[in-house]
Amino acid sequence: MQFWVIQTLNSLALGGLLFMLSSGFALIFGLMRIANLTHGSLFMIGAYVAASVLRGGYSLVVAALVAMVVVGLLGAVIERFILRSLSGNSQGQVLATLGLSFIAADACLMIWGGDPIPINAPEMLRAPLQMFGFTFPTYRLVVLGISMISALLLYLLMERTRLGAMIRAGVDDMQMARAVGIPASQLFTIVFSLGALLAGLGGTVGGPMLNAYPGLDADMLPLALIVVILGGVGSLVGTFVASFIIGFIYTFGIALVPDLAYVILFLPMVLVIAFRPSGLFGSIRA
Amino acid sequence: MTIDRRSFIQGSAAAGLGLAVPNLFAQNNEALRIGLLTVKTGPLASGGIDMELGLKQWIAENGNMIGGRKVELTVADTGGVPANTKTKISELNERNKVHVIMGPLAAFEALAVDDYIRDNKIPTLSVAAAEDMTQRKPNPWFVRATSTSSQSAHPMAEYCANIKKYKRMVIAADDIAYGHEMAAGFQRVFEENGGKIVQRLFPPLTVPDYGSYLAQLKSADAIFLGFAGSNGFRFIRQMNEYGLKGKIAIVGGMTALDEAVLKNMGDEALGIETACWYSAELNNPINNKFVPAFRKAQNYDPGFYAAATYVNAAVLDAALKSINGNLSNKDALMAALKKTNVPTARGPVTFDSYGNVVGDVYIRKVERKDGRLVNVVTKTYTNVSQFWKYDPKAFLANPVYSKDWPPAKNLE
Amino acid sequence: MMKQSLIYVGLILVLMILPIFFGEYYVNLGSQIMIAAIFAASLNLLVGYGGLTSLGHATYLGLSAYASAWLFSRYGMSHAYTAPIALIFTTFVGAIFGWISLRASGLSFLMLTLALSQIIWGIGYRWVDLTNGDNGISGLTRPTPFGINLENSNNFYWFCLLITILCLFFIARVVNSPFGASLKGTRDQDKRMSALGYNVWKIRWITFVLASFFGAVSGLLYIYLNKYIHPSVISITSSAEALLCVIAGGAGTLAGPILGSILIVLLKNYVSGFVERWNMLLGIIFLFIVIFMPAGMGPGFSQIKKRWFGGKP
Repeated sequence: MQFWVIQTLNSLALGGLLFMLSSGFALIFGLMRIANLTHGSLFMIGAYVAASVLRGGYSLVVAALVAMVVVGLLGAVIERFILRSLSGNSQGQVLATLGLSFIAADACLMIWGGDPIPINAPEMLRAPLQMFGFTFPTYRLVVLGISMISALLLYLLMERTRLGAMIRAGVDDMQMARAVGIPASQLFTIVFSLGALLAGLGGTVGGPMLNAYPGLDADMLPLALIVVILGGVGSLVGTFVASFIIGFIYTFGIALVPDLAYVILFLPMVLVIAFRPSGLFGSIRA
Repeated sequence: MTIDRRSFIQGSAAAGLGLAVPNLFAQNNEALRIGLLTVKTGPLASGGIDMELGLKQWIAENGNMIGGRKVELTVADTGGVPANTKTKISELNERNKVHVIMGPLAAFEALAVDDYIRDNKIPTLSVAAAEDMTQRKPNPWFVRATSTSSQSAHPMAEYCANIKKYKRMVIAADDIAYGHEMAAGFQRVFEENGGKIVQRLFPPLTVPDYGSYLAQLKSADAIFLGFAGSNGFRFIRQMNEYGLKGKIAIVGGMTALDEAVLKNMGDEALGIETACWYSAELNNPINNKFVPAFRKAQNYDPGFYAAATYVNAAVLDAALKSINGNLSNKDALMAALKKTNVPTARGPVTFDSYGNVVGDVYIRKVERKDGRLVNVVTKTYTNVSQFWKYDPKAFLANPVYSKDWPPAKNLE
Repeated sequence: MMKQSLIYVGLILVLMILPIFFGEYYVNLGSQIMIAAIFAASLNLLVGYGGLTSLGHATYLGLSAYASAWLFSRYGMSHAYTAPIALIFTTFVGAIFGWISLRASGLSFLMLTLALSQIIWGIGYRWVDLTNGDNGISGLTRPTPFGINLENSNNFYWFCLLITILCLFFIARVVNSPFGASLKGTRDQDKRMSALGYNVWKIRWITFVLASFFGAVSGLLYIYLNKYIHPSVISITSSAEALLCVIAGGAGTLAGPILGSILIVLLKNYVSGFVERWNMLLGIIFLFIVIFMPAGMGPGFSQIKKRWFGGKP
């Protein structure tokens, strides 16, 4: 019984983390049709920046804010100066983000060195939570909580604000959106920054669980891709649901059939795309 | 006594010849070209960078000389990818014409270049722990002063069974050959001394999270961690987050709580015991010089990787001096390397007939000293070979250590 | 036309006599470049001519290499048998994976190729009984076709050169054939091609199978060169590097993959000896090419060729 409860909570926590990781990617891909292969690197940069801020003695909240700002600005720069010059060439944009990921990985190695840097959860969240006779890390529940709040805020942004309306219009039909006067290039910059910002936040929030280490980008990117494709392009709801599906499959899969860890991770995505190419909730064929 | 003219002339001729003899050897004023195969980019970078620092420190401390010759060091970054290791070693051999190779870092890298080393007869002082390189498929050009995967785990298992009196233990190790070999070695000795391994967990090397493994942990007296890199530290931290602190004792293998990882840890590491062939806290004259100098230059204590090349340099130095710095005869150099008996930063080092080190293994405990965490040495097992207390022939007749051998009969 | 053939013959002659002037290290580097060129050329069929970007192509190099290694080390089979079996097996897997991947297009296609590749990669690491896990398979040999010892680097270089010429020639024939024309058609205007009655899916699938076949060929040469195989060969990085070779050199051109391979292999091996931050350099060069020379280096050079010799580029 204890096993099932703990594994369920683990799955939820992992799902929450995956949502934090993938929501940025989904946003960028949904609107701009760019598979941002730098997303893993942005996540990693967020984690490293947070680690440095924490070393300076500040709290995790401050670290998160700094990471969001730094990575968000980085995203704006990337979009404005690199991706903009490749507009219309979506293959080129994807490849540019691939090239950037090489540069980012080496830059992080240069700045922060090769050792993994731990990121500590705030003091009060370090003690495990005791409930109903079993123990569970408090911080993971907090991650789950933060992901829920982010999901809610994103939902409100999409559904209740003007910006969200513009984004949704762009996702549905970019031509028409331009035709009715929506400023596409500014929107792109904003959305890319927003996506990057979410990646930076994800890196910070996930930090106490994962730490900042060289290779974090390569470990995280495939997960983001899986979630977004499974959930369906253009659908944040899809990303949300898919995050938790993957969270559950991965956690229970590792526990029950450890030798097939990678198969477990990718198989659902393969099956879904093979039979429903637009993903679970997607409205657009990628 | 009278000294007649003839014997005087003979005597002075002999003396003259005696003075000339060292010159005959040093006439060949060739520098010693060393190639360091290490990893400076990618996930294994932190160990690789330390390897370079340790070696450079030894060379600098000894007037840029090893074995009486000036050193020309070429550092090659393999990125931890076996195909690159192959390319780099051929670059070092064919372009730089190195006399000796130090490294590589990872076991699979060593396996990738095994036949190149044999074909090209390059004396290699390895850091990698791959067992069979000095066991069932011994490479005659290979000498290893560090440890095989299980060499340091065997004494730890005996320590856990006989001194700590643990009866039931769990093993958690990285799901790679290194982890399997270490786990197998530990399990064998632990169970032969009356203990039972009730569970074995092998999380993939890059798993993001140990949560689902920790949820399945069975109750036991202690858990042995066979992790590399920073995985040991992550596992321990997550154990504490799941409230397992104090419920199960933690012991570890030679890379679980390396000094490089320890510097980033906190109180959760206190009291944990690990077994390794080195500790920065070792008290011998060579180490007492090495550690403070390293710490002054790098701001952290040297660990496994920095010590590995530092020790290798000392071994090479002693071997080369014993053949008067003669670089033209590779077989002589290999023979000299294998016959080395030299005190080093890790203690005395000799080699068995397979080229693997016979040396001391230390049980260390994490304590806080001068405000930082250190691995204090609490017990020393002397003259530990890769075969532990088994007969080498019998040991080699068994299959190589793996997930399946020795079979785990007491799992629950 | 005559001039072009003369140029090719001249080039081949130059390549043939290179080993006489250069030491073993450079000869082996040359072999590496050629293997990368075949691999990139096979991927180019998909990416450049088919318009299907794949991030999982290393699977085919890896599968063929592993098949050859496994048959040799487990059963002691001679290379005369392991080679065709490895090729057939890999192409068969390519046919299946192609079928699965082509159920989608665009990013989903990319993701499927990536996913399938990761699954094989994962199996390579975990199924230790089969693949020896992360210890890899070593202790292999090179074949001795007609009694020629390929352990000698020069001999192996000439062997690679021969295979490379054959493969590139064959690929060129495919690309310039009616099939090749229809393939380019599906890349540029797939709806129109469909309306004209072409079976777009089948054309793409056949291309996928061909690409996996040539990928398998490069896999065999790879394992003969290195005599060691490790699951890292099937990693995303491997596939990404092949993609880099194709794009940097010029996708959709015949010379592109060759130029790209030369650039990438030299950067990785040669330059990394001099520049510590070579990964960053790789990224910067790639970025530069993507932004300023989006058609890759190949078309850039072919402009020069056109200016000098006139005629079809």
